[in-house]
Amino acid sequence: MSGDLDLLPTEVEEDLRTTVRDLLTDRCDPTVVTGVYDGERAIVDDLWKALSVELGLAGLLVPEERGGHGASAREAAVVLRELGRTTAPVPFLTSAVIATTVLLDSDAELLTELAEGARTAALVVPWSTDPDGAICAIRNQGGLSGSVTSVAGALEADVLLVPVESAGGLEIHAVAATDAVIAPVVSLDMTRQLADITFEGATGTLVLADAEAAVRNALRTGAGLLASEQAGLAQWCLEETVAYLKVRRQFGRIVGGFQALKHRLADLYSSVESASAAAQYAAAALAEGDADIPVAVAVAQSYCSDLAVLAAEEAIQLHGGIGMTWEHPAHLYLKRAKSDQIALGTPGIHRAALAPLIDLTP
Amino acid sequence: MTLEELHRKVTDFLTSYDPATTDRVDFLRARFDAGLAWVSYPEGYGGLGLPQALQPEVDRLFAEAGAPSNRPETNGIGLGMAAPTILSYGTTKQKDRFLRPLWTGEEIWCQLFSEPGAGSDLANVATRAVRDGDEWVVNGQKVWTSGAHNARFAILVARTDPDQPKHFGLTYFLCDMTDPGVDIRPLRQITAEAEFNEVFLTDVRIPDSQRLGAVGEGWKVANATLNNERVSIGRSAERESGMVGVVAQTWREHPEQHTPELHDRLLKLWVEAEVFRITGARLRQKLAQGQPGPEGSAMKLTFARTSQQLSGLELEILGEDGLRYSDWTMVRPDHVDFTGRDAGYRYLRAKGNSIEGGTSEILRNVVAERVLGLPGEHRVDKDIPWKEIPR
Repeated sequence: MSGDLDLLPTEVEEDLRTTVRDLLTDRCDPTVVTGVYDGERAIVDDLWKALSVELGLAGLLVPEERGGHGASAREAAVVLRELGRTTAPVPFLTSAVIATTVLLDSDAELLTELAEGARTAALVVPWSTDPDGAICAIRNQGGLSGSVTSVAGALEADVLLVPVESAGGLEIHAVAATDAVIAPVVSLDMTRQLADITFEGATGTLVLADAEAAVRNALRTGAGLLASEQAGLAQWCLEETVAYLKVRRQFGRIVGGFQALKHRLADLYSSVESASAAAQYAAAALAEGDADIPVAVAVAQSYCSDLAVLAAEEAIQLHGGIGMTWEHPAHLYLKRAKSDQIALGTPGIHRAALAPLIDLTP
Repeated sequence: MTLEELHRKVTDFLTSYDPATTDRVDFLRARFDAGLAWVSYPEGYGGLGLPQALQPEVDRLFAEAGAPSNRPETNGIGLGMAAPTILSYGTTKQKDRFLRPLWTGEEIWCQLFSEPGAGSDLANVATRAVRDGDEWVVNGQKVWTSGAHNARFAILVARTDPDQPKHFGLTYFLCDMTDPGVDIRPLRQITAEAEFNEVFLTDVRIPDSQRLGAVGEGWKVANATLNNERVSIGRSAERESGMVGVVAQTWREHPEQHTPELHDRLLKLWVEAEVFRITGARLRQKLAQGQPGPEGSAMKLTFARTSQQLSGLELEILGEDGLRYSDWTMVRPDHVDFTGRDAGYRYLRAKGNSIEGGTSEILRNVVAERVLGLPGEHRVDKDIPWKEIPR
């Protein structure tokens, strides 16, 4: 455990936050985001281009010598907080964090292309896969054949990173998206729409042999940084609800003055601050390659997953009727939060993983 | 001053005052005079005007050298509340008189704030102080005074003008607990011990030179004290410090009691306690950078809840042993340790965590109003003379 990890944003991180927030304010309108539930997905490509190419965020985690910015998990966490605040329907977490992290130990040119935003990748595992969970590998017998369900980021990807069985252990093959059958799934969270993927004798390029550790590291990094998305999401829910309760009147009073509601919001504030600190600690540990990463990630996921759901549920309830409508964006947050809770391992799975690490065995 | 210079200053001090041979009180007085007591205090008052963040390093160096301790756990009110308030509002004479013996522990302090009719509504204090020449004559009843029976002085809030609205007629005093008009009676709690007292004040005379702040300014001064109370709770930065560490250890020592349901609850609470620790670490980093975070009140809410749930869980982990209690004999401890004694004590004592230092309900109002900016509660008693409030 590291008591000295810096948990406050640096000036560079503050600047990055402002830049990303400004862009999302301009180009990630909640009404447009809601459109993805009705199949209007133009915002996905447009916004991802803006973030990945214009702002260069796809290369945050890639070393400079490989065409990236050589930044760290801390900067990625800043971006994810903002993406969580807006439920932005972009594959930053799946491509720029998880797929990119898989390739950090590979010499494939693909890493540079991902960093530049020229290509977008997805790791082909069910989105519910936790860092220590089973990785369902595809068989390779004269071509890849098999299927993987509920993959996140595949619809936005032009290249798939496929875990493949081999005699020497797990391998990662890069397969062009056009060489696989990618079937969109009607997802609980359409702002991160899943896909079922089938390979029917596809051939890919081996980009990483003996890849299990790299895949688990990528999933763990993803899980640790997902906590920042969840903290950002929860922060929005709190702020939006407080703002609404300061103007909504019933019984001739501002309803935010009712103690039953004030106390719920005070408790939510307390938990949101805690979630923000836990997510920041996980990001700081990941950035430093700290020995405490497994504990930090399990703690952050266990806490932030449930808290984000609570924040979204409280937002809906405390908004009253308007919170239950399609028109109000609160439902985008509930759907994302509930989906995020299951993504990369449920809170219960993360606590089970935590138990032996802290010597609290069943 | 650099860290290196500070190290050298401590080393030089330890050369001049060998902890092995120097008298305990002489050592502590000298440490105060060298500015190495509380380094964030100004020079001349036990400090060097350094960032608070350097204090743990100084304390570590002294502890490693085997230096005598000022036993801060026996003078929590003095160090955590009286001292910063005296520093902020005291005259030069008051600071010179009180701060050194307070820090060395030669003079223990207690707090005479709460009354039977002034708990959450502290500004409703009814203890009267009436001016008589250069003195004030004080009459009233205080309650929840921890350590009164060991205290040499008290910080006291009393009503000096009942014709003013309640927040404006109060004045803050430094009260001598050896005055013959001070009657201290133990207040036995649900744990069986009497950590607190009731204090009856009958014609207690306080010289005007022991008034802190202006007449009628008592509420403002008291709030400075209470803000320190909230900040001073939950300082520790180590993982598994406090209640969670005790309960985790109980779990490890009782494998025969493990069930999946208890394991689930323990892990959830362990995570909450760890997140609380991280939130505290972040708050301390903010404070070190001079950004006071509003999380202090929110953190106390979390602290109270997790302490209560953890200590309740511990009794269940203990199973049959959880049915036993160490001792119902009435004792008067000289300090309180929330994680001390046995599991039954910890469970009962933790009930106070959401009441003392601001109830969780009041703290939720504080967070909602001061942090989130939500409307305040209706206050029917705020603008009328105190003496006209129905009671």
